[in-house]
Amino acid sequence: MSIWEYANPKKFIATTTPLVPWVLGVAIACLVIGLFWGFFLTPDDFRQGSTVKIIYLHVPAALMAINAWFMMLLASLVWLVRRHHVSALAARAAAPVGIVMTLIALITGAIWGQPMWGTWWAWDPRLTSFLILFLFYLGYIALWEAIEDPDTAADLTSVLCIVGSVFAVLSRYAVNFWNQGLHQGTSVPVATGERTISDVFFVPLVICMVGFGLLFLALVMVRTQTEIRVRRMRALEMRMRS
Amino acid sequence: MIPDLGNYAAEVMAAYGLSILLLVGIVAMSLRRGRKLRTQLADVEARRDRANV
Repeated sequence: MSIWEYANPKKFIATTTPLVPWVLGVAIACLVIGLFWGFFLTPDDFRQGSTVKIIYLHVPAALMAINAWFMMLLASLVWLVRRHHVSALAARAAAPVGIVMTLIALITGAIWGQPMWGTWWAWDPRLTSFLILFLFYLGYIALWEAIEDPDTAADLTSVLCIVGSVFAVLSRYAVNFWNQGLHQGTSVPVATGERTISDVFFVPLVICMVGFGLLFLALVMVRTQTEIRVRRMRALEMRMRS
Repeated sequence: MIPDLGNYAAEVMAAYGLSILLLVGIVAMSLRRGRKLRTQLADVEARRDRANV
């Protein structure tokens, strides 16, 4: 069995339909447990006070904002190379979810920054690259809406996605490239394996990260199914008119 | 029930409130649009089947 079988819209819908309730259910359970644990059962940080509780929203949202763009990049490359419609539609379906994740990261970051840094916003490398990523998401969604021919729209949005990937990479690694920014280093540096936060905060944070990841997956499956149906409906209507 | 959030209660509550609102919003919109499109596609397919008979 090949992975390209799932590029068949019928096969994609048949496979993902039974998965959606499970993935969505586990995602909601992880989010409820992680956020409840983080909000009610973790202590205040000795320096940040209760604002440390914002980490359970900010870090997973920022992680998924960047990962969503990488998923869109992968799907766009598949579209450009192999012309599988499902991959283009999956990239389109992921964008609104990604923009919500980016917005949550920006809002919670600003709310946390005001009491901790004394400012809602700073033109710090990571913050700025994240804002540009947000603008790329807006542009990507607008481009899909603006072009009538779906294949042309998929081509142009794929190119935009490749260009925007520079800022997705910068959003993740800006703190390593430039050290003059306000933003601290990553909270969970997977590459080095070094832990920068205490277990008390780490366990609920990981549960929230799993929850955000699964929520993204469930929403992308639902939204891709919807995009497939929209396209099929338009094709049927055109056929019936002619 | 709500833990003592000290001086930063407004910030923490605002962050949680806005984020949960956005998450619930995207889930509700995605599910509602999915349901609506499924119904619309079923209607179009039924019309096509009637036309073919």
